[in-house]
Amino acid sequence: MLLLNCPYCGIDADETELAAGGEAHLKRETVGSEDADFEAYLFMRDNPKGVHFERWRHAYGCGKWFLSARDTMTLEVFGTYPAQSKKPPKVIENAIKKKRRDWKGWS
Amino acid sequence: MSTRLATGGRLLDRTRAVEFTFNGKRLTGYKGDTLASALLANGQTLVGRSFKYHRPRGIVASGAEEPNALVNLGKGGRFEPNQRATTTELFQGLAATSQNHWPSLEFDVGILNNYAARLLPAGFYYKTFMAPRPAWKHFFEPIIRRSAGLGKAPRDRDLDRYEHFHAHVEILIVGGGIAGLQAALAGGASGARVLLVEQTAHWGGRAPVDGAEIDGQPVEDWIKKTVQALKKMENVHLRLRCMGAGVYDHGYALAYERVADHTPNDGRPRHRLWRIRARQIVTATGAIERPLSFAGNDIPGVMLASAVRDYVANFGVSSGDRTVVVTNNDDAYRTAIALKEAGLEVPVILDARAEVTGPLAVRARELGIRIEPGKAIAKVKGGKKVTGVSICAYAGEGSTLEEITCDAVAMSGGWSPVVHLWSHCGGKLTWDEANAHFRPDPERAPTNQSGEGYVKAAGTASGAMTLAACLKDAFDAGNAAAKAAGFSAKGGSAAKANDEEEQPMAAVWVMPQGAGIENRMKMWLDYQNDVKVSDVQLAAREGFESVEHAKRYTTLGMATDQGKLSNINGLAVLSQALNSAIPQVGTTTFRPPYTPISMGSIGGEARGELFQPVRKTSIHAWHEENGAYFEPVGHWRRPYCYQRYGESVEEAVHREVKNTREALGLLDASTLGKIIVKGPDAGKFLEMLYTNMMSNLAVGKCRYGLMCSENGFLIDDGVVARLDDDTWLCHTTTGGADRVHGWMEDWLQCEWWDWKVYTANVTEQFAQIAVVGPNARKLLEKLGGMDVSKETLPFMQWADGKIGGFDARVFRISFSGELSYEIAVPAGQGRAFWDALVAAGEEFGLMPYGTECLHILRAEKGFIMIGDETDGTVIPQDLGLDWAISKKKDDYLGKRAQQRSHMTDPKRWKLVGLETVNGSVLPDGAYAVGAGRNANDQRNTIGRVTSSYYSPTLDRGIAMGLVEHGPDRMGEIIEFPTIGAGDNVIKVRIVDPVFYDKTGEKQNV
Repeated sequence: MLLLNCPYCGIDADETELAAGGEAHLKRETVGSEDADFEAYLFMRDNPKGVHFERWRHAYGCGKWFLSARDTMTLEVFGTYPAQSKKPPKVIENAIKKKRRDWKGWS
Repeated sequence: MSTRLATGGRLLDRTRAVEFTFNGKRLTGYKGDTLASALLANGQTLVGRSFKYHRPRGIVASGAEEPNALVNLGKGGRFEPNQRATTTELFQGLAATSQNHWPSLEFDVGILNNYAARLLPAGFYYKTFMAPRPAWKHFFEPIIRRSAGLGKAPRDRDLDRYEHFHAHVEILIVGGGIAGLQAALAGGASGARVLLVEQTAHWGGRAPVDGAEIDGQPVEDWIKKTVQALKKMENVHLRLRCMGAGVYDHGYALAYERVADHTPNDGRPRHRLWRIRARQIVTATGAIERPLSFAGNDIPGVMLASAVRDYVANFGVSSGDRTVVVTNNDDAYRTAIALKEAGLEVPVILDARAEVTGPLAVRARELGIRIEPGKAIAKVKGGKKVTGVSICAYAGEGSTLEEITCDAVAMSGGWSPVVHLWSHCGGKLTWDEANAHFRPDPERAPTNQSGEGYVKAAGTASGAMTLAACLKDAFDAGNAAAKAAGFSAKGGSAAKANDEEEQPMAAVWVMPQGAGIENRMKMWLDYQNDVKVSDVQLAAREGFESVEHAKRYTTLGMATDQGKLSNINGLAVLSQALNSAIPQVGTTTFRPPYTPISMGSIGGEARGELFQPVRKTSIHAWHEENGAYFEPVGHWRRPYCYQRYGESVEEAVHREVKNTREALGLLDASTLGKIIVKGPDAGKFLEMLYTNMMSNLAVGKCRYGLMCSENGFLIDDGVVARLDDDTWLCHTTTGGADRVHGWMEDWLQCEWWDWKVYTANVTEQFAQIAVVGPNARKLLEKLGGMDVSKETLPFMQWADGKIGGFDARVFRISFSGELSYEIAVPAGQGRAFWDALVAAGEEFGLMPYGTECLHILRAEKGFIMIGDETDGTVIPQDLGLDWAISKKKDDYLGKRAQQRSHMTDPKRWKLVGLETVNGSVLPDGAYAVGAGRNANDQRNTIGRVTSSYYSPTLDRGIAMGLVEHGPDRMGEIIEFPTIGAGDNVIKVRIVDPVFYDKTGEKQNV
């Protein structure tokens, strides 16, 4: 059972307190989008073996959404950060690079 | 035959006899016995029948690894099948019965399977699927169903209670043998919070049985002193009868405490599930002895050598007068010596090793025990009990050299560390050639959220197989765990012990090594699932080369013991058959729990009324007092109808519908979701949330709105009221309030976080009561306080004021098609306001109504209901709600999706009304069929029923449904086949979905 640090409460929250929200940093496609782009926004999700960015809500805590960088294989957590981030903060990127030299970086 | 010895038994209290029954027979044991030791003491060597061949089976082991001695325990509300006799503490009145036989344990008809063993090979079950189809249905399935399953499922409700316990510690140590105790001493000294759990009722594990010395004192004394020292440490907690069941991600672990299994009905919870979060976990789980694979190794009386020794030392129980010991290692000599010292006979020790020279062998020889190096058991003789063994050369094919009479066989194939907990979360193993076992690889421990190892194996569980090495290893593990948890080790040193020198063991997987097929078909690997050496070899020949495939094909290790005895032997046989090395074949996956845990403990307190919270409105008690027939709606309980004396549910509903249409109805609508959306950007936000315009709604007015997902599908609906310049009140469905509020927060926090909007779910702050019917206004005017006239408060407006002295917000909205006011008052005033309405309404014919009446009223009016007309695949356009979809807005959630080709397909099924030609009520969910057949030779469907009711107002069945080209086919007759009615179909006319008051005159008065 995962333990993720809620960046708002500052506590390590048990997975049972959290609700998973899927892949983070999706760009919303809407009216005017090409069919293929919109389809990708609706349905196509990354499923990497390794570094992954995800949305979590501290549903049974403060109710806030936050994002996490996690290795889907080892479940190592590189860090969590506020949902109001268009991309992973530098400090998170650095933490990942330090531990996963072959990581290609966020794009 | 087994029996109780006159002396001995370190765990027994011989002054306290304990009576119990086995298959109804009254037997006596002592306090301190397990059920297994007490059965053996009473000469009961036969304890069950095997799963597939119904072969007679006896007790093999003395602990959690026992595969055979599974019994039904208890009666009625305390009945439980598949309980291991070896881990069941004896208590006064214990009632056990054996399993898997008919008509009796001694005579079982199912034994016929044994003689048909050649017809039931590995993968038999799967092979039956390949036979002609009728053979499965009429032949195999009935037979398999009748004979499958161990034990019986309980019939009665569980009388016991269970609980969960949450614990946070720095170090969790699993296993209270000498390794666990030593690790706890080291870990505890650092100041870290330590929890030490032991699955049995005793500290010290098996070390006292072998009787060595630690720190110059008998091991028993060292254990006592150490436990006392640990109890004095405030940061150390000790628990007996508490099994480490599983290790999970990020230091989470489950432990299963059998609080009152041995003291039933004493008021305590039966089991307690510990939910532990630990920074470090030390697995001091010991090792399990492996059986040897020789013909007849499953006959009652063939036991693990360590178990035979345990029964003598711990319980003063002899497993037989004449015990043949068969081994590939020195440890089994301890059993021979223990038996001899207890005054029992050991006719021979058969040792597969060619040379036997170790000190233990020397001692055995000195006691006069005959030792036969290089020899093996060709086969065990006997049926329901051992009568003798045939001896052969281990190197040969099994020709009998000599026959020896005996009534027990003690076997030892070496020891396997218990690596389950280490492996649960990804800890890797390494093959130890010298000991022929897998042990934890400390370099590849399970890793936690920081990417660091959080599990350490200690003692024999890590492969430290001698006493001194075990203590040293455990001391290091305790210190390392403390350090990894952020504490500094306090120094000191491990307890000291002198080890007896042991000669290396030899890997022996099949005995004799060249045994022929007749004998390999009698060598059991998995006792519980009846898997033999020949089955695994057949699986390999048939191409099941992966160990995971071979496991499933043969069912090796898939029984309730999860292969604790069989796994290593099985995969060694598989690797030989595949001609590859054991580490290359690898192990199957170890999954929690270590031994089965009760469903009750998993549920904990969450059963009955505590299973789930029930939400009640402030008026709930009135409903209960007035005949409400409740239905669950989300976590709420809502009155479905109010039954009067002598009235059926259906009659009550019809009365409520008629009364509301003709006089006055009252509905507790408090459960409707109420969400405040406020802020400078609230209007902009609501434009994204709803399909229609909300920002231009005037203060004081109400508007019905639809919400869609990004897929375009309709997810919720409700009336929105504008409260002031920057505040809106959004009503949601009863079940949708929390979901919609979460949906709003998701968008505000994660997408439009710079928009200035707050939301608050105020559902429970208000009681909301619908006053519905032609007399609605008369009632409110009688109570007085505010002007509710058509002129001042027209349809789709709201106003704040007082009604009968209550602070009220009155909405002129209608879900029934009648003159209707929905009145919100503070939740604390809900009951008083309801009472006031009921009292004042009598003269106007007031009756409360429930949710079914509400449904019929709305269906008569053609109003859709989320969850009936929608199912997550329906868009508003399907429901003819285009009028509620803004054409002016650039964007709203779901708009782009509704432009996708599938969503604009003219063949999408659309909402219509449905009227049976004969006036009957259509079955809900029925499908209409059209011309032609699909690829599966089923008739093509062209529509389905989404809501269907008897309308008391119209005295006929009415329904709504989604039909292909429906709105263009008004008046057409379509056909609905019915289940079980042959070719009979229900003929239905497509009509307008509004059945009642099409112009809306009644609600707009």
